[in-house]
Amino acid sequence: MSWMAWTTPTALFFTFIAVLLAGMTAWELRAPSVPRRGLLPIATTRGDRLFIGLLGSAYWHLMVIGLTDWSIWTATALSVVWLSAVMRWG
Amino acid sequence: MNKVPNNHAWWLVLPVFALVAFSAILPMMTVVNYSVQDIFDPSTRFFVGADWYRQVLQDPRLHDSLLRQFVFSACVLAIEIPLGIAVALCMPTRGRWASLCLIVLAIPLLIPWNVVGTIWQIFGRADIGLLGWTLNAAGVSYNYASNTLDAWVTVLVMDVWHWTSLVALLCYSGLRAIPDVYYQAARIDRASNWAVFRYIQLPKLKSVLLIAVMLRFMDSFMIYTEPFVLTGGGPGNATTFLSQTLTKMAVGQFDLGPAAAFSLIYFLIILLVSWLFYTAMTHNDQTR
Amino acid sequence: MHARKLVVLIVFVAFLLVPIYWLLNMSFKSNTEILGGLTLWPRDFTLDNYRVIFTDPAWYGGYLNSLYYVCLNTAISLSVALPAAYAFSRYRFLGDRHLFFWLLTNRMAPPAVFLLPFFQLYSSIGLFDTHIAVALAHCLFNVPLAVWILEGFMSGVPKEIDETAYIDGYSFPRFFLGIFLPLIRSGIGVTAFFCFMFSWVELLLARTLTSVDAKPIVSVMTRTVSASGIDWGVLAAAGVLTILPGMLVIWFVRNHVAKGFALGRV
Repeated sequence: MSWMAWTTPTALFFTFIAVLLAGMTAWELRAPSVPRRGLLPIATTRGDRLFIGLLGSAYWHLMVIGLTDWSIWTATALSVVWLSAVMRWG
Repeated sequence: MNKVPNNHAWWLVLPVFALVAFSAILPMMTVVNYSVQDIFDPSTRFFVGADWYRQVLQDPRLHDSLLRQFVFSACVLAIEIPLGIAVALCMPTRGRWASLCLIVLAIPLLIPWNVVGTIWQIFGRADIGLLGWTLNAAGVSYNYASNTLDAWVTVLVMDVWHWTSLVALLCYSGLRAIPDVYYQAARIDRASNWAVFRYIQLPKLKSVLLIAVMLRFMDSFMIYTEPFVLTGGGPGNATTFLSQTLTKMAVGQFDLGPAAAFSLIYFLIILLVSWLFYTAMTHNDQTR
Repeated sequence: MHARKLVVLIVFVAFLLVPIYWLLNMSFKSNTEILGGLTLWPRDFTLDNYRVIFTDPAWYGGYLNSLYYVCLNTAISLSVALPAAYAFSRYRFLGDRHLFFWLLTNRMAPPAVFLLPFFQLYSSIGLFDTHIAVALAHCLFNVPLAVWILEGFMSGVPKEIDETAYIDGYSFPRFFLGIFLPLIRSGIGVTAFFCFMFSWVELLLARTLTSVDAKPIVSVMTRTVSASGIDWGVLAAAGVLTILPGMLVIWFVRNHVAKGFALGRV
C-alpha cells in the first residue's frame, strides 16, 4: 500500500465520500426516491442531485483556487451551501 | 421495455464492478494522493495542500493546450459529422457492394493508432511521400515538420481519415433502421430529396448522431498517439494536446504532483461533458 | 442523382485507400528505392522487408505478445460483461443508472490520466511486464464498451422469452447459456470484435506496462522510429502486418458491424 502514498486529509476525504454513499444507499433502501422536477431543467432523483452537487463542488474548488487568493475553506463553505441547495431545491 | 425492480441483479453486475473498480478506483485514489504532495520517492514526500492545483491552473502551458484541444475537437466535429452523414447517404443499401463498402470503410478504424501516425508521417513527407511530393510539385510549399499550419492541417486530415468512417457507419445503421413506409409516403407526397432528408432521415438519425458526437468528442479530446508519432507535438508546441502535455509531465519530467493535479482537472472536464451527453441520451431514449 | 452519390463514395473510398496503398507500396521496396526517388509502384519488387520481420524474434515476438493479450482481454471482457449487460437490460436495481454512468466515464477517461498509478499498481502486485497486466488494464475501457453494446442487443430480445423459459422450469444458468446466448450470437460476435479492435489499436497503456517479455508490436514499432536511421521499408511492412488481423476479424462480423457501431441501439 505504500505506493499509494496516503495522507490523512485524502484518507478523510475518501472516508467522507464512502460514508456519504453508504448513507445514501441506506436511505434509498428505506425510502426509495421518486424522480422530481425542481429548479434544474431535468427530473432528478436524490442520487442524481448528490452527483450534481458533488461535481459542482469540485468545480467551485477549482474556481476558487485558480482565480482567487482566498483560502480553500471559503470554497468548501461555498460547496456546502451549494450542495445543500441542490439537494433541497434541485 | 418495462424493467422489473430486483436488487438481486447486483450479483450479476458484481464481477464487472469488481474488475473495473480495481483498475479505476484504486488508481484514482492514488492520483488524488499524489496531487496534494511533493513526492521524491515513496518515503520522502511532503504535504503541500492545493499548491499543485494553483500552479497547474495558472500555468500558461495548460491554458494553451486546453485551448488547442477545444479548437481541435470543434474542428473534428465540424468536419467529420457532416461528411459522415453525406457518405452514409451515398452508400449502397443492400447486396454485395454494401458489404464491401462496410469493410472498406472500417479499415482505418482497425489500424493501430501509432501505425496511423506512421502512415501519415510517410505519406506527407516531401521526399518519399505521395502527398508531400505532389503538393510540392504543384507549387505549394508544404512541410508538416516545420510549418505550424501544415502540421495542424495534417493532424486534422489524419483524424478525418481515421474516424469519419465511424460516423458514416453509425449513420448508415441508423438509416437502415428507417422503415420503408416513410419513403413510400414521401414518394406519394412528391417530397424533394432535401425534404426527405430534413424531415425523415435527420430526425430518425438523432439518437445515433448523439452517440457519434459523444464518441468523436471524447476520443478527439484524449488524442495522443497519432500526433505523437506524426509531429511529436511540434513544430514548437503547435500540435501538443492535453494528453501529450500530461504524459510529458508525468513520464518525461516525472513531476508526479503537478501531473496528478493536471490529471484530476482533465478528468473533471471529461466527467462534466460525459454527464451532459449521458443525460441527453437517456432523456432522448425516454421520450422516444 | 445516383451518379452523384457514386462519385462522392468513390472519392471518399479513394481518400481512405491511397495512404494505405502508399504503405503497401513502400513495404515491397528496398530502402535505396524508397529514398532514391518517388515511384508509384515497386520497380524492384522485394519481399526482404517481410523476411526481416518473420525471422527476427524481436519483431514476430511483438505480434505474438499483442495477439496474446488482446485475446485474453477479449475473453475476460466478454465473460464479465455478459451477465452484467443482462442485469442492466432486464432489471431495475439500486443505483443502476449511476453504475452504468460510472462505467461509461471509464470508457471516456483519457488513458494518460491512469498512466502513472497503473505503472505503480501493477509493479506493486508483481504483474509488470506480463500479458495479463495489459489485458486487465485494457478492461478499463473494453468492459464498459462491451456492457454498453451487449445491453443494446439484449434489449432487442423480447422479455416474453425469459418469462416462458422460467415458467417451463429452466434455471437461470441453463436458460442464460442454453437459450439466451444463442439468441444474441451476432451481438456477442460484434462485441468480441470491438474488444479485439480497441485492445489491438491501443498504444499508451500497452507501452507503459511492458518492457521486454510482453512488449507489443506497436511499441516495437515506435522504438524503431526513434532509433537513428529509420528503416522505412521494414517499418512499412510491419505496419501492413498490423492491419491484417483486424481485416480478418471484420470479415466474420461484416453483416452486424454497423449495428455494433451504433452500440446495438438501432
